[in-house]
Amino acid sequence: MTSYRLDSGGLVNRSYALTFSFDGKSFKGLDGDTVASALLANDQMLMGRSFKYHRPRGPVTAGSSEPNALVTIGSGARNEPNVRATVAELYAGLTAVSQNRWPSLSFDMGSVNSLLSPLLGAGFYYKTFMWPAKFWEWVYEPVIRRAAGLGKMVMEADPDRYEKSWAHCDLLVVGAGPAGLMAALTAARSGVRVILADEGFRFGGSLLSENLNIGGVSAADYATGLIAELASLPNVTLMPRTTVFGWYDDMVFGAVERVQKHVASPSPDLAVERLWRIVAKRAILASGAEERPLVFGGNDKPGVMTAGAVRTYLNRYSVAVGSKVAVFTNGGSGYRTAADLAARGVEIAAIVDARAASEDVVPAGVRVIRNGAVVATKGRKRIDGLVVERAGFQEEISCDALAMAGGWSPIVHLMCQRGQKPVWSEEKQAFMAPDVGSAFVAAGSAAGTDTVSAALRDGAAKASAFARDLGFAAYEANIPDVEGEYDASFAPLWYVPGAKDKAFVDFQNDVHVSDLGIAQREAFRHIEHTKRYTTAGMATDQGKLGNVNTIGIVAGMRGVSPAEIGTTTFRPFYTPVSFGALAGASRGEHAAPTRTSPLHGWAKKNGATFVEAGLWYRSSWFPKEGEKTWRDSVDREVRNVRENAGLCDVSTLGKIEIFGANAGEFLDRIYSNGFLKLPVGKARYGLMLREDGMVFDDGTTSRLGPNHYVLTTTTAYATEVMTHLEFASQTLWPDLDVCFTSVSDQWAQMSLAGPKARAIMSRIVEDDISDAAFPFLAARTVTLRGGLAARLFRISFSGELAYELAVPAGYGEAVADAIMEAGREDGICAYGVEALNVLRVEKGFVTHSEIDGRATADDLGYGKMMGMNKPDFIGKHLSTRFGLTAADRLQLVGLKPIEADKEFKAGAHLLKENAAPSMASDQGFVSSVCYSPTLGHYIGLAMLKSGRERIGERIIVWDGLRNSEVPAEVCAPVFVDPGNTKLNV
Amino acid sequence: MASLISCPHCGTRPKEEFSIRGAVVARPQPGAKEDAWYRYVFIRDNPKGRYQEYWHHAAGCRRFLVVDRDNLTHEVFAVTDATEFAKNAEVAR
Repeated sequence: MTSYRLDSGGLVNRSYALTFSFDGKSFKGLDGDTVASALLANDQMLMGRSFKYHRPRGPVTAGSSEPNALVTIGSGARNEPNVRATVAELYAGLTAVSQNRWPSLSFDMGSVNSLLSPLLGAGFYYKTFMWPAKFWEWVYEPVIRRAAGLGKMVMEADPDRYEKSWAHCDLLVVGAGPAGLMAALTAARSGVRVILADEGFRFGGSLLSENLNIGGVSAADYATGLIAELASLPNVTLMPRTTVFGWYDDMVFGAVERVQKHVASPSPDLAVERLWRIVAKRAILASGAEERPLVFGGNDKPGVMTAGAVRTYLNRYSVAVGSKVAVFTNGGSGYRTAADLAARGVEIAAIVDARAASEDVVPAGVRVIRNGAVVATKGRKRIDGLVVERAGFQEEISCDALAMAGGWSPIVHLMCQRGQKPVWSEEKQAFMAPDVGSAFVAAGSAAGTDTVSAALRDGAAKASAFARDLGFAAYEANIPDVEGEYDASFAPLWYVPGAKDKAFVDFQNDVHVSDLGIAQREAFRHIEHTKRYTTAGMATDQGKLGNVNTIGIVAGMRGVSPAEIGTTTFRPFYTPVSFGALAGASRGEHAAPTRTSPLHGWAKKNGATFVEAGLWYRSSWFPKEGEKTWRDSVDREVRNVRENAGLCDVSTLGKIEIFGANAGEFLDRIYSNGFLKLPVGKARYGLMLREDGMVFDDGTTSRLGPNHYVLTTTTAYATEVMTHLEFASQTLWPDLDVCFTSVSDQWAQMSLAGPKARAIMSRIVEDDISDAAFPFLAARTVTLRGGLAARLFRISFSGELAYELAVPAGYGEAVADAIMEAGREDGICAYGVEALNVLRVEKGFVTHSEIDGRATADDLGYGKMMGMNKPDFIGKHLSTRFGLTAADRLQLVGLKPIEADKEFKAGAHLLKENAAPSMASDQGFVSSVCYSPTLGHYIGLAMLKSGRERIGERIIVWDGLRNSEVPAEVCAPVFVDPGNTKLNV
Repeated sequence: MASLISCPHCGTRPKEEFSIRGAVVARPQPGAKEDAWYRYVFIRDNPKGRYQEYWHHAAGCRRFLVVDRDNLTHEVFAVTDATEFAKNAEVAR
């Protein structure tokens, strides 16, 4: 046994053993363990292989900065890679698997990379895999990716639920160590609404790890007392297992709560993780400090860890990390670790102190080597000795663990995420939190305090200042005496020269000191360049452990202060956040709302095939028995509309109800064509432009009363048009008396088209709808047989005699059913958007295939709709600018294949006969194509240079994507009934 | 991740409820020269720092607001309903 569980003590529940597995082998841990502490209790120090060289690695910390002990936890779809074993809460039945090794953790073929390491230094990939270019994608990258890396994803859907929530408070305290607990309690006692969040599963921070006596009780018991009081206060929200990962604008903090990551089978009724956005009036960062590793040869061997981590394993988890532990230190932390271990009967091999002298208390009988340096470690999968150098003499000392203490770095990430950089302190030899204003301050060791009593006082002082600031009576905290503190000061030691093996700066990315040297020599000197060239500070730990050493070493190489080197940029997230938490409930079918028309049920029972159009489900076509392809159905529907009648759901069109004394004037400025003289009871087709002169949208608007209009938009632009009207009315012409609201969802609207439309509609509507009483473009409220008030519009998008009938949404299906019934004897059919499209292409009506943001009204043949006599309308003033009136603009034309059986597709380009395809010879493009069952061949609409002058010309429809060339004849864009004889009957 | 806008109608709301339309630029008078229209439609100063923008409270009251803020620090100096803003601007003119 080298690492083992002690017989007593610690904050683990010895009466509650938990069985779990690691790499298929069964282990027993205790309630209160992390995966790492439980593995160490079972003498399993080796937990992973390193990223590049596949070196054996064990945990180097006991917290969230862990670079080495990354494992995959869970199985099947719940397989989660790259979990830090040092923070993963143990539960019964947990399965953990080590990563980046093959075939096994103990025997890893990839470790051959270690032998090649002279070749694999910083910049190796950039320099080596340059030629041939194609090899990168096909050979090098796949091979490198397989060899290097972290855990593997599973290609299965995540079975768990995630959710998002907002929280609001007066004071957010980040971190529940001594400073955070005291800050939260001090503020809470004043009546401040407090949220206290901590990433760990147990509040207390360093109080759980340090051997101290506070006010007559142990530090852990003292923490328990504070937590109990906090829990009893109604104005306090405690959020354990919650990492505050980001600080955003306006004092919004992002946090992720791991609700059910510590249970074997999560309840389906609860989210497994919850993403919080916490709005705080004030915030205190009490995130503590990180102990720096020392950079010496072989410092990555399993069994080498920070002195603080060794104390945490010992005092919190009651685990001795070795039976003969050596200490390498530049400050008091190493001595404290030796003292705590010795007190529990663990042998101390030696204390190697880099300093010449110190006043730290040396445990009885322990040898101290002053002015000493560890230059190498022995052992393969675990340290079994080290080489100490002192005054030029080397000595080998045997040990089975090494605690290293390199000084402390305040954890200041959150305060540096909005542009401010941390500030180097020569006195503290650390980067300190910047001043980010009066609403957010650091407290405790995050602010550089050295002792627990100072942290308690600092937390209390900063909290009462905030309480006063927020108008609460400040509460004077009673801070008890703390006995047994140690001197945490240290002398800087960035790295130990004379290393025999690699001295790692960034364990996770296998970056060692000589890599930093290469970066400096090869001119990647800016710290951001050094980071990217060497990868120091990348990946899942983002350099929490190594960055300060990287900066110190680079400063040393350049002979300047770390202040001059500065830090890389701090960005959210503090620790990795799962995509599940970020997506929340917006997954799969919940990623976007589903919109169904009020006539969805009608379409469904008529056998519709639906198509997704934006958020909408629209009925596409209605297959009948015996029809083999969609074309069979569409052709039949089109013929039936032209010969008899068809009913189509057009409810998805945007509908906006407009009122006001100036409603007509408003519309007159919104549309390019005139609306002032539109009579009550009439509909008009209108064209909206953008201010730059291009067509924006089209639709019909009807005047239902003197000050009452209903405007329709295309389905796609319903929201945009509404926003456009709001912008115009609120910002451009607030003096106009107009108000409007979207009623798109309030009305079911259906189009009844075909020669028999009037006969059928007469059976539904009580009013006289003869051509004389209800002519083309009539628009009125009518009464349906049975008494329902409805809106009837005589408008047509097919060229046939047609009506659009709008009824309150809830009546839609019943009315559509009644129309189908009423039309049965006349051969009515349901038709979908595909047939609708064919009908409109045959008539040369445009949609957003033609109105693509590049077309002017004149390009589309609507030049006459430009009301240039009006003083103002949106788009008027730039519609005549240079280029928009050029003779060679693309204009709307029709196309038909010269050989009737030939087909072409939308998106194809147009070329003059015998012209080679090129940008210069491009004549335009095909915007819409369909097979016309009325004509018996394909037809298309196209935008062609000077198109209207070229009717009758032969042109080549060139489709470079599908490799086809079809000769076609340019024709007028109206293929069916150009005289509108079918419309006006 | 988040930032907050104090809508004069709805209170403090997250930015996800808004869509930004861009700079507050006065629309030229109907009789203005083409150059004025060209500048209105196409030319923006794009300063780093304090800026007045239209924010549409699309998922709220659907009012256009004029948000006066620093686009570097996101410090918000004022949020005014656009109609209110236009009327004040009219008075100032």
